[in-house]
Amino acid sequence: MDSPWFEGRDPGAIPLAEFDMASPALYPHQLHWPFFERLRAEDPVHYCEKSAVGPYWSVTKYKDILEVDSNHKAFTSVAATSLEQQNLIGVDENSVQAGGFIVTDPPLHDEQRKIFSPALAPGNLATFEALIRERARQTLTALPIGEEFDWVERVSIELTSMMLATMFGYPIEERSQLKYWSDVVAGTPGDGIVESWEQRDQELKNFAARFVALREERRHQEPQTDLISILVHSPLGSQMSDVEFVSNAILLLVGGNDTTRNTMSGGLLALHNDPEQWAKLKANPALVATMVPETIRYQTPVMYQGRIATQDYGLGGKTIRKGDKVAMWYISGNRDTDAIADPDRFIIDRPNPRQHLSFGFGVHRCLGNRLAEMQLRVLWEEIMARNWARIEVTKPVKYAYSSMFRAINKMTVRIHA
Amino acid sequence: MPKITFIEADGVEHIVAVAEGTTAMQAALHNAVPGIEGACGGQAACATCHVFVDPAWLSVTGPAESEIETGMLQLAEEVRPNSRLACQITLTADLDGLVLRMPESQF
Repeated sequence: MDSPWFEGRDPGAIPLAEFDMASPALYPHQLHWPFFERLRAEDPVHYCEKSAVGPYWSVTKYKDILEVDSNHKAFTSVAATSLEQQNLIGVDENSVQAGGFIVTDPPLHDEQRKIFSPALAPGNLATFEALIRERARQTLTALPIGEEFDWVERVSIELTSMMLATMFGYPIEERSQLKYWSDVVAGTPGDGIVESWEQRDQELKNFAARFVALREERRHQEPQTDLISILVHSPLGSQMSDVEFVSNAILLLVGGNDTTRNTMSGGLLALHNDPEQWAKLKANPALVATMVPETIRYQTPVMYQGRIATQDYGLGGKTIRKGDKVAMWYISGNRDTDAIADPDRFIIDRPNPRQHLSFGFGVHRCLGNRLAEMQLRVLWEEIMARNWARIEVTKPVKYAYSSMFRAINKMTVRIHA
Repeated sequence: MPKITFIEADGVEHIVAVAEGTTAMQAALHNAVPGIEGACGGQAACATCHVFVDPAWLSVTGPAESEIETGMLQLAEEVRPNSRLACQITLTADLDGLVLRMPESQF
């Protein structure tokens, strides 16, 4: 592999024209921050002429990102949400398509999203809360005290995989298969999970077969509360093609998987790194309510979403041309001092904690945002109920080789009673 | 200064007076009225300022009409014919006395 463009060089000295924020190599050791800071200050709408994903624009300021995100007519999501288009369209015309309604525009977008939105509405989520709390309790009870263990595996993955299996009506004992498929969809060759685009494509075909079979089972059963049953018993959903169904299933799987998982881990890391915030939380556990959206902002589990311009568009003094790829860097906008006070600090009692880009804005705003917040809130409520003195992160954390998913794959901790 | 009454889902009322030209969302946020989130800052981009216009006032405010507002209302819960995004209601003299109700939750 060629040496990455930033390796061994002073971030303050590299010419802007060489910046390529889509390089996955930037992220395992979180080297991206100074580059996004420079972009926000010096070139907020920045054109990267040459990269592994072709030329693309990087939009790095909060208000510009909001402008792009809100304008689905000027900026289409079709084949656009990942700069790496192979993530969405696979290797050839027989490949499994990924993305479902996230890669559509209104009106098709609205029709498809509406099939799933009732399942994720507050009323329906309330029926899950007791189950989520029960699982959080059991999971936390099983943890060792005073001994090192991997929080990611034993808490973040454990709880989110169970939630996924429940949402899909998938056999809970096979939930690790769901997690594996989600990681493969979201992955990139060389990240330790995906060997090649071809191998990824084969795994997706396995996923497709399993889910189509599951859908047929549900079609012949009484309507239930899981997403597949809801889909197959809805007028529009029952007529959805296999290709569209699988594509939407993949979207819901990825959407609900590592995003929440990584925010569970990231929130804990943030508290470890700021003992003052932990003390504040211990003194007033009701602050979980405002801490949860702050962990989502601070983690920014989806670092960017892509669009393609459908027309020439003036932004930040530049002209984005029709057909150009555009990346909305949520990870940068969430640290924009023009939009958020003291954005690099983790502050658990901000007055407007939901003013962040992590869920996106506009018609594609995260469908699962309430479910995510609920899972996080319940987990933190149950953690605080244990009255542990603190949870110490005992080893440095490494992030995933990905420019889209801000994933913590392992986090060694010790609970101090 | 038009007066506007916000009624929370549990019936608690808040009456605020604001300058003409203020949006109902701003009126709520600036006066610490609970039940309105306004995550996007008032750009019709998040649907967390969802309100129900009192039937007596619907002909004055009008129902949601613009493509952007009706599109975004699809992200809200329990949307009704009198649903509006508070950030899209600008308070003018003829809205003095406006009554808006909040849904059970914005998120």
